[in-house]
Amino acid sequence: MDVQPVAELALTVSDRALLAGDRGEGVRLAMAIVVKMAKVQGAAGLLDITAAHIDSALFMGDATLDFAERLADHGATVVVPTTLNVSGVEEQRWREWAVPADWANKAQRQMRAYEKMGCRPTWTCAPYQTEARPAFGQQIAWGESSAIVFANSVLGARTERYPDLLDICAAITGRVPAIGLHLDEHRRGQDLVVLRDVPATLQASDVFYPVLGHRIGQLVEDRVPVIEGLAHHPSEDQLKALGAAMASSGAVALFHIAGVTPEAPTREAAFGGGAPGRVFEIDLSNVRDARDDLASGVSDTLHMVVLGSPHFSLDEFRQLSSLVQERTRHPNVRFLVTTSRAVAAIAREAGLLDPLQAFGGELMVDTCILTSPVLPDSIRSLMTNSAKFAYYTPGLLNRSMAFGSLSDCVASAEAGRVVRDETLWQP
Amino acid sequence: MAAVIVGAVVVGGQAEGRTLVTHEALSFWGGYDAADGTIIDHRHPLHGERAADRVLVLPGSRGSSTTSAVLLEALRNHTAPAAIVTLGVDTFIALSVVVAQEMYGEGIPVLAVDRDVFASIPNDVTVVVRSNGRITLADRGRKGNTPNRME
Repeated sequence: MDVQPVAELALTVSDRALLAGDRGEGVRLAMAIVVKMAKVQGAAGLLDITAAHIDSALFMGDATLDFAERLADHGATVVVPTTLNVSGVEEQRWREWAVPADWANKAQRQMRAYEKMGCRPTWTCAPYQTEARPAFGQQIAWGESSAIVFANSVLGARTERYPDLLDICAAITGRVPAIGLHLDEHRRGQDLVVLRDVPATLQASDVFYPVLGHRIGQLVEDRVPVIEGLAHHPSEDQLKALGAAMASSGAVALFHIAGVTPEAPTREAAFGGGAPGRVFEIDLSNVRDARDDLASGVSDTLHMVVLGSPHFSLDEFRQLSSLVQERTRHPNVRFLVTTSRAVAAIAREAGLLDPLQAFGGELMVDTCILTSPVLPDSIRSLMTNSAKFAYYTPGLLNRSMAFGSLSDCVASAEAGRVVRDETLWQP
Repeated sequence: MAAVIVGAVVVGGQAEGRTLVTHEALSFWGGYDAADGTIIDHRHPLHGERAADRVLVLPGSRGSSTTSAVLLEALRNHTAPAAIVTLGVDTFIALSVVVAQEMYGEGIPVLAVDRDVFASIPNDVTVVVRSNGRITLADRGRKGNTPNRME
């Protein structure tokens, strides 16, 4: 992260036309921001993108609403296929939660502004599960840290870490600074992470991946890790959980696993022929420490289990529906799953929501507990299987969060207190 | 800290305030309360500190892409730091200020410094940040009483 000298930014005739306001004030504003950021980043030029995923539609306050309406009211529209990340309210059912009406109204105004600009109302942090699955090598501009790391690492698409506010400017102009993970030379591995003596049964279990990601994010921060020593070929949901955790505790936007992810057929290929900068070893005791670090202020009482950050997939609904068969949640523990409209519809069609309902579970679409003020004050103590929920809940919601596997979460909801199967974590 | 240090200007501007220094990156989403300018990340060493109107010196942001939106809210609410100094250029922080300038015609200075300079900036001293990237100890409001010996 050394300070770079500011390079001369080359703009095309068409770039200059947008900057001059030829497509209206909204597009001019978007292009002015893209160009200023390209200069800040020392880019030599801009490049074309062919898809975008927008986190900016999430209502954070009057400033994000001002920005959305300024763009939309001045005629800006997106020029590439564009999906929308989670919103600030569950559009159809926010009244069933503790969401203040003023918040909901403003959040919905912000949602409308992005729809008016031509974005698709997908309202999910995991668009790659249904609506948008970019191709290998495709240049895209994605927001949402967990989606960025998935697109880069698992799909081999190419996106920088687009912050809120810049992602929509990229979609409106179709142009981004030609820097970072858009370019070959920045996609190579930088640090090596080696697993040592982590039991194969733990590696095969879903609960391992958010914990491993939490630890790797702390170690490598914003660098590109190459992971070696996995005895198990991770599923797509496991890779989703791994990346989301790394992008919470660190700023990881791309990881490689030798023999698993598409840009890492071998360890040598992942490093592009170069040597690792730093080498980290992770053993069972590191993994247990990381698991314990994910929990915060856990008490004996449990008020809610929350699943689905990133949004629950169809496979996760399948696993959950078999786990909850013939069981019922404790009357004092609510059980919430957050997902997208699209996955919810497919899961309903597949009959996977009936067992959840019979268990006493609830479903939320469009948003989650972190992005919409849904929780009543009475809910103080939560449990999850998501590293991202575990990482952000204490700061954002000022509530405690226990961490466990999906099966621990179901057992805890049934028991009315946090219970955890420790056998997986033994040597 | 040397009498004068110089950072690369990421976003120009002038400010004065007490430094608030951390060597850990911060996600502003879940880490910074835009209503009152307090650091709210329970895992962060600055948890509980008020960063509004301070010269915040940190390696950079991390994690969520919502960091830029939170800092923009803070800029609009006037609960943002008086200036931000990062280790190298931090895109997420720069973006918030660039957008605030476009939207509201106001912003704060953002400077990028290298490792040696970063390590030399003490916590809780009053400094003046100038639009050319120079940071100097202020003549007043300083903690301690021998400013010329604060190397």
